[in-house]
Amino acid sequence: MLTLTPLEIEALLLSLRIGIVSVIFSLPFALAVAWLLARRDFPGKSLIDGIVHLPLVLPPVAVGFTLLVLFGRNGVIGAFLYDWFGLTFAFNWKGAALASGVVAFPLMVRAMRLSLELVDRKLEAAARSLGANRLRSALTITIPLMSPGILTAAILGFARSVGEFGATITFVSNIPGQTRTLPIALYVLTQVPGSDAATWRLAILSVLIALAALIGSELIAKRLSARVRGTE
Amino acid sequence: MIEIAIQKQLGQFALDVDFAAPDTGITALYGRSGVGKTSIVNALAGLLRPDRGRIVVGDEVLFDSARRIDLPPERRRLGYVFQEGRLFPHYSVRGNLLYGAKRGGQGGPNLDTIVAILGIENLLDRRPASLSGGEKQRVAIGRALLASPRLLLMDEPLASLDAARKGELMPFIERLRDELKLPIFYVTHEMNEIVRLSDQLVLLQDGKVAAVGPVEELSSRFDLLPLTGRHEVGSVIRTTLRGHDTSFGLSELSFPGGRLRVARLHATLGTAIRVRIQARDVVLATAKPEHLSIRNAFAGKVVDLAPPRGPVVDLRVDIGTEAQPVLLWARITLRACQDLQLVPGKPIFALVKTVSLDRHSLGRYEADEVD
Repeated sequence: MLTLTPLEIEALLLSLRIGIVSVIFSLPFALAVAWLLARRDFPGKSLIDGIVHLPLVLPPVAVGFTLLVLFGRNGVIGAFLYDWFGLTFAFNWKGAALASGVVAFPLMVRAMRLSLELVDRKLEAAARSLGANRLRSALTITIPLMSPGILTAAILGFARSVGEFGATITFVSNIPGQTRTLPIALYVLTQVPGSDAATWRLAILSVLIALAALIGSELIAKRLSARVRGTE
Repeated sequence: MIEIAIQKQLGQFALDVDFAAPDTGITALYGRSGVGKTSIVNALAGLLRPDRGRIVVGDEVLFDSARRIDLPPERRRLGYVFQEGRLFPHYSVRGNLLYGAKRGGQGGPNLDTIVAILGIENLLDRRPASLSGGEKQRVAIGRALLASPRLLLMDEPLASLDAARKGELMPFIERLRDELKLPIFYVTHEMNEIVRLSDQLVLLQDGKVAAVGPVEELSSRFDLLPLTGRHEVGSVIRTTLRGHDTSFGLSELSFPGGRLRVARLHATLGTAIRVRIQARDVVLATAKPEHLSIRNAFAGKVVDLAPPRGPVVDLRVDIGTEAQPVLLWARITLRACQDLQLVPGKPIFALVKTVSLDRHSLGRYEADEVD
């Protein structure tokens, strides 16, 4: 019970890798979109807001199917990426990371937008009056003050990525070592008669990862917000 | 010279001002809340973009809608002390102070000097959250100064403090004016801060400039009475410290036409002192008073009377000389006014109780302004 089987280790490491990579690549975009939605007014803003939130409300299978159409080897974007950069998302772990990132994206945008809206813009004005240009004011005032929100977004995105199932299996299928993540392995086991014990082990493993991520983020977020409020 | 001519529509409120201020000393922007004082300093700082107009500080155009000039705030080199301090919570006091210091390069004030003037040596490693209101404001002032501004904007820097803290902070602002020779735009709705600190007064009403001029002149003007404040009616006169009476703890201030005794001042002889005398602290007599405890009695004559309001009437009396009139507001009851038959031109004696002139009524100003 205490040692994991090679199959379990493979699924676990794959899930962690996909979770981390998808967060690293989608976080900057999510921050940019959060900034746009919180700070800018432009025509079509509600449309962008709606599109960003689509993965939250669409059936994950629909998201996976859309990704397949767009990013498959013959898809509009997929073909372009393959021809120009030799990059393909079809049926490999990068595709799984893309699917996870897309599904986690709205959660990350929401968390960061909220924390950005709570940053006192008067502090930015003070920074500007002290000679800081927009970029310096963003890097030294805004981003540090919203760092608890960025952390929350990262953890939330990671947890959502690790748990991603529908979009992933639709987009990149179930390939051992490439796209067979924890939830997919778990699903496969539920389909095999007499594998209750193995199913339980994976289910418990998933719960542990999720709990560790959430508790860890709670602790760090607390310290971080005490730091930025200067009460520590 | 600092020239401001701007228009800005803010919802229902229209700001439309056009005035110039000297680039020395403290210029006070005074008016009730909501007259656009803060909007003017925000426009100066580049934090509020006027619809039309022009802002010039010294020889640099900061904003000119006709020529499409609009310098971003970071390139205007103006220090801004906000009403609420606005210290960065995630920086230490030292970090806050040094935030804008890079801009200064050489020649700007250095950290040690500013820290010493403001008396914040012991706070450097603390976080803003642990500071008191007065300490926060001192750090905010230091932070603005260390960015080497050519003009300091202060938006009611004392408004959020209690009376004791205000009294503590005023000397620091006086030192900025006297030692650093930094021009300051000072937003306030407190007349006693103006008397204590400022030289030039910009009087605002409903988003427009009602008058610009020296504090003494505006405070004695009849037509501005509703603006300089019904409750705070008073006049400001310029005096020079002439002598001390140590045995009784008094100091003597002279002005054209007389000498005023006040509680002992700790300043060198010859210092120029501005005194604010509230109208309700002035007593009028038609004959030279005797057997009275009041030490300050000045011969003069009635200049004019304001329309009576309820049972009281405000009069202006001249207690100066032929060549240099010194105008004093007096508030008395209508009944007394009729009993004494006070009409313009009538000779009177104006009496002022020494104890009514407390520390907040006295302010130092640049001696070279004395004529």
